[in-house]
Amino acid sequence: MSERQLLVGPFNRVEGDLEIRLDVAEGRVAAAWANSPLFRGFEMMLTGRDPRDALTITPRICGICSISQSAAAAFALAEASGAEMPEQGALAAAILHGVENLADHLTHFALFFMPDFARPVYAGRAWHGRAVEAFTAQEGSVARALLEARARLFHIVGLLGGKWPHTLAIQPAGVTRTPDARDKVKIQTALRAHRRALETVLFGARLEEFAALDSVAGLEAWGTGAAGLFGEIAADLGLATLGRGPGRYLSCGAYPMPEGRATRAGVWEAGALRAFDPAEVVEDLSHAWMLGGAAHPAEGVTAPDEDMREPGYSWCKAPRLAGGTVEVGALARQVVDGHPLALALADEAGVRARIAGRLLEIARTQLWLEDWAARLDPAARFMGDWDLPKDGAGAGLVEAARGTLGHWLRIERGRIAGYQIVAPTTWNFSPRDAEGVPGPVEAALVGCPVVEAEETPVAVQHVVRSFDPCMVCTVH
Amino acid sequence: MNVLWLQSAGCGGCTMSLLCAENPNLFDTLGDAGISFLWHPALSVETGAEVRALLDAVERGETVLDVLCVEGSIVTGPKGTGKFHMLSGTGRAMLDWVRALAPMAEHVVAVGSCAAFGGITAAGGNPAGAIGLQYDGAHAGGALDEGFRSRSGLPVINVAGCPTHPAWVTETLLMLAGGLIGAGDLDRYRRPRFYADHLVHHGCPKNEYYEYKASARALSELGCMMEHLGCVGTQAVGDCNIRPWNGEGSCTRGGYPCIACTSPEFEEPGHTYTETPTIAGIPVGLPSDMPKAWFMALASLSKAATPRRIDVNAHSDRIRVAPAPKRET
Repeated sequence: MSERQLLVGPFNRVEGDLEIRLDVAEGRVAAAWANSPLFRGFEMMLTGRDPRDALTITPRICGICSISQSAAAAFALAEASGAEMPEQGALAAAILHGVENLADHLTHFALFFMPDFARPVYAGRAWHGRAVEAFTAQEGSVARALLEARARLFHIVGLLGGKWPHTLAIQPAGVTRTPDARDKVKIQTALRAHRRALETVLFGARLEEFAALDSVAGLEAWGTGAAGLFGEIAADLGLATLGRGPGRYLSCGAYPMPEGRATRAGVWEAGALRAFDPAEVVEDLSHAWMLGGAAHPAEGVTAPDEDMREPGYSWCKAPRLAGGTVEVGALARQVVDGHPLALALADEAGVRARIAGRLLEIARTQLWLEDWAARLDPAARFMGDWDLPKDGAGAGLVEAARGTLGHWLRIERGRIAGYQIVAPTTWNFSPRDAEGVPGPVEAALVGCPVVEAEETPVAVQHVVRSFDPCMVCTVH
Repeated sequence: MNVLWLQSAGCGGCTMSLLCAENPNLFDTLGDAGISFLWHPALSVETGAEVRALLDAVERGETVLDVLCVEGSIVTGPKGTGKFHMLSGTGRAMLDWVRALAPMAEHVVAVGSCAAFGGITAAGGNPAGAIGLQYDGAHAGGALDEGFRSRSGLPVINVAGCPTHPAWVTETLLMLAGGLIGAGDLDRYRRPRFYADHLVHHGCPKNEYYEYKASARALSELGCMMEHLGCVGTQAVGDCNIRPWNGEGSCTRGGYPCIACTSPEFEEPGHTYTETPTIAGIPVGLPSDMPKAWFMALASLSKAATPRRIDVNAHSDRIRVAPAPKRET
């Protein structure tokens, strides 16, 4: 088979714009380059403004990770100002954020990832008819049911946070709306309805049973619901070995609360967990259309190279942790948290592991939300006082649906003097670094099968979408 | 009616909001009315080469296009090239694509304030050179010039909002399909009047506080947010408090100010979003259709007449004093 180059784009059913360039040889991807072709310049927009404006502007970086962005901004401002959320304010913020993350996982599974298996290229497979019925784009029964479940779930954000996306409810010292007893039972009612949808459509069984899986054999034996259909497809198409990531996973720990984060923070590599030190983060600019040198985000600047000179090939910077690439996302979060199923999938590290990690997190997030809603105390305070400092610096690290998100803020004379953002897909879809080391998705695509007649290889699409990229966050 | 949806330089939030359409869900709301997506970047199965073929067919006129929806601003930088946003896989700037495809469409709809006016992408010195489809901020003429008309004879329809309410988008499309939108159904910034003839103030649950100018001084207090916290709901178009968001929400119901996200240049209010600038203690930007002297006179009278219940609750994060209707006491 001849060697050829492919340009895959517009690459849809990912959030935002993505272009993938492929070198193909002997029926497999030999090398891949991920280009984030949109630059807007949010970090430049923020400079010189009142620091509180970050709470209004940064959610608008991304319409799908909007609450994640607002939470990161709130925590960065909190660190810079010494503000603290009252316990119940942090709980309400976690509920808002958890709802977004849960909804994003559903959007990804039902609308972005699964419709590819309804493609005619898979006609004749034992499961194809069921995939067509369940997941055909804009028509499938499961897609429709989960779309409706997602819209109803967001009523919780309507109630606690006014609207979704782009709420301003999360502030450095708490949340703007104090829920009353009636809000609490409405939230719990919405969650019970959501559990029913998940158990009926997605899992075909009790959530607790999926959350209790602790082995690959257990996952493979899961036969019910859309999760079971995915397992059947994954086994038939060999999705376990497709699209292997670096096997290094990062999580800063999800949902900061006074008693600690709901999931563990750390870096997992070669079977061992070590502490995550944000000081080890460096953004490399060697292959980005960016001027300047590599820097830690607290010192970083964003200056686009208007001439788009080579070797740059993307507006995305290349973050590295202690010099290496890491994968972030639901799987990474669950591995770092030490969930037995995620640990069993950590070395597999491919398409199946990523999707299973997300399904696992759907089940666990629903359970966390139920617990948090039960703990809401309408008699408590949800907002404290805080004052903006004239000078200060802070970082806000949160877990978005797609992984670790960091905001680094510097305040001088009451204005924003520096603002740098490293988003989950900045990690996963980074370009090459100065050493020539490809970013995680670029490396994961190598070896991916490409059929001779394919212009837009379907296996490549599975791998790319398994990361659930959010390209609008990536460059911002 | 077919719809080609392009995501330009924005956050994708208007699509994400659209997916929150309810009663019935988005697929049924549009599909049952015969409205289908020729292509949508978040929803359609087609990727890569399939999409390039589809776009080419529209550009050549082989596929007749009913509605072109554009979400996100159009970036013109660097140096007027539009290369800050190349439509992936095509080697062409989105600026170029929009100019090529808009004349082919029966209707062109700007979804969201970015596509309408430039929006948040044009904030803070506008590093990417973001403009709207047919406006640059409040000024007529954007990626398409001031005189542009789609095949229907209408200018670009601006479904402004950041994000858009799902029903603003679905109802605009349903009305277009039903032949229910003419030039007279658009307001001065060409926003559909069915939602732009209302103010965010209409139906705001803080209206009683507004009547007495019983004002919140910090976010989370129940009082009206106009005097201190930057709320411009009295001057912002939108039916947000008549037809709430995500069940029963709105910005003011969530306890934070309306920032007039349906207005051109809302991204640069000239002050911190959550603070009301004052001149000699008087908030600037009072309701525009009321003489300022009258407003001040009424405000000082009503402030003086504020019942204790309203005064206490305005400065609290929950209702402390319940109403006591005369007939019940």
